[in-house]
Amino acid sequence: MIFKKTKSLESKMDAFLDKISEAGIEYRRGIKNYMKNNHEDFERHLQQVTKLEHEADELRKNIETRLYTQTLVPESRGDILALMETSDDVIGRAKDTLVELSIEKPDVPAEFKSGFIELARSTSRALEEMVLALRAFMRDPINVRNYLHKVYHYEKESDRLAEELKRSIFASEELQLSHKIHLRYFTLHVDMLADLSEDVADRLAIYTIKRSI
Amino acid sequence: MLILLFLSSGLFLGWSLGANDASNIFGTAVGTRMVKFSTAAVVASIFVVLGAVISGAGTTHTLGKLGAVNMIAGAFMVALAAAVTVLWMTRLSLPVSTSQAIVGAIVGWNIFAGKATDMGALTKIASTWVLSPILAAAFSFIFFLLFKKLLDFWKIHIFRLDAYTRIGLIVVGAFGAYSLGANNIGNVMGVFVSVAPFEDLSILGFSMNGVQQLFLLGGLAIAVGIFTYSKRVMLTVGTGVVKLTPQSALVVVLSQSIVLFLFASKGLEGWLLAHNLPTIPLVPVSSSQVVIGSVLGIGLANGGRGIQFKVLGRIASGWVTTPIIAAVLSFISLFFLQNVFDQQVVKPMDHTVNHQTTIIENVPHG
Repeated sequence: MIFKKTKSLESKMDAFLDKISEAGIEYRRGIKNYMKNNHEDFERHLQQVTKLEHEADELRKNIETRLYTQTLVPESRGDILALMETSDDVIGRAKDTLVELSIEKPDVPAEFKSGFIELARSTSRALEEMVLALRAFMRDPINVRNYLHKVYHYEKESDRLAEELKRSIFASEELQLSHKIHLRYFTLHVDMLADLSEDVADRLAIYTIKRSI
Repeated sequence: MLILLFLSSGLFLGWSLGANDASNIFGTAVGTRMVKFSTAAVVASIFVVLGAVISGAGTTHTLGKLGAVNMIAGAFMVALAAAVTVLWMTRLSLPVSTSQAIVGAIVGWNIFAGKATDMGALTKIASTWVLSPILAAAFSFIFFLLFKKLLDFWKIHIFRLDAYTRIGLIVVGAFGAYSLGANNIGNVMGVFVSVAPFEDLSILGFSMNGVQQLFLLGGLAIAVGIFTYSKRVMLTVGTGVVKLTPQSALVVVLSQSIVLFLFASKGLEGWLLAHNLPTIPLVPVSSSQVVIGSVLGIGLANGGRGIQFKVLGRIASGWVTTPIIAAVLSFISLFFLQNVFDQQVVKPMDHTVNHQTTIIENVPHG
């Protein structure tokens, strides 16, 4: 009985992490399709991310309720919930960025498109490594560090790419200042996904020390 | 009714043991909410009584060798002196153990009665006070490293590990409670063994001798202590003094239970004897000091960080001060009971000294 409950909770946690990972992939493809003017595909990815975000949210609430009502993992449940909530913020940010792209439809000149695609790839890699670190935290805490350092690596890489992109945008002589500011706004948004992944990684670093017996 | 009045000091010792020492077994489990207090109290009570009735004779025999209190009024006062020592030293926040108090109180009775104390038995008992925390530290050091290796190897999901740990804490806790009952019932009821007037009893095919009935009463007193007062102590232990993860707590309880069992098991003693191996003396030891030894073992396995050597010094000082205080108190109170309340606390006896074995035996008159 007790193991049945535990197994179902384990599956739910795995499903939650799967949703975050999938959302990262959909987000990266969404940005790529937007930059390549495949607007139909872009909208499909946006819908997918919205759906995944909603499902992850439901799973999080369900796990949260069960952890507290059944007094499970009393030592670490606060940490687990904090990790789930901050992970939820990451895909929330991914969805918001795609929604804003869909609403505002920024005009991205051809010379900046590869920069945005590259930035989205780097930030989604940070998110993927964050998910791997979370999976390790659940089953194999001594390996968490192996993933954390990759999260930090891709976050730095994303910062570098974002700065490069912003510099080239503002160096452009053809664009209006308002246009430049609009593009900078989206650069910040795409980059923020890596920053939020880093926040989760920071928490994980501490919680992993706490988890060791 | 009079017998219950005389037993009351022992029952009070039992209550105090249940109130304080059950927390050494289930404290962290309850304090960290891994196990509900009601579950812990029921499991601890059942197994403490079983341990006392089934395996309590070994340590009691050793205490009997130290000094066989031969009048029930004397036994009452010896147990009361030990209880008051424990209560008084606890209120002064001094490290104290029932095992050490009862030994001091028995020696106090020996001095009052003019009987020689068996130095061999006393040395054996005192050496286990030092040995038991060291042994517990060694066990927990090994178990901790073993658990760590196994957990790294098995990669158990955090939720499943939680479930396993809960079950482990209850199962090992039950073993711990059994061992506590077996090891410490001698402290509670040992002095009454030779004077309690219980007849052998047979109900529904189960038979109990007088000593087992005495231990059942003592075990029930411990259970009452667990139910009425141990919750607060458990919550303090679990959340206050030492912060342990549930897995470390499991290691601590396992090490403690094994040590208490080793010093109480007649079966193990028989097995060791049968295989020509050195035996472990059956002596009541302090579960609190054994727990501190276990926690120390984990501290050492973690590289020795955060170990407070001052605490160890305080424990060592308790090995000397507790028995001395209890002996003095026992002596004075026996004097008062005999001379002010006109109760016979000592039955006169002859001494027979066997020079070949240097064991002193007390032979009652008639």
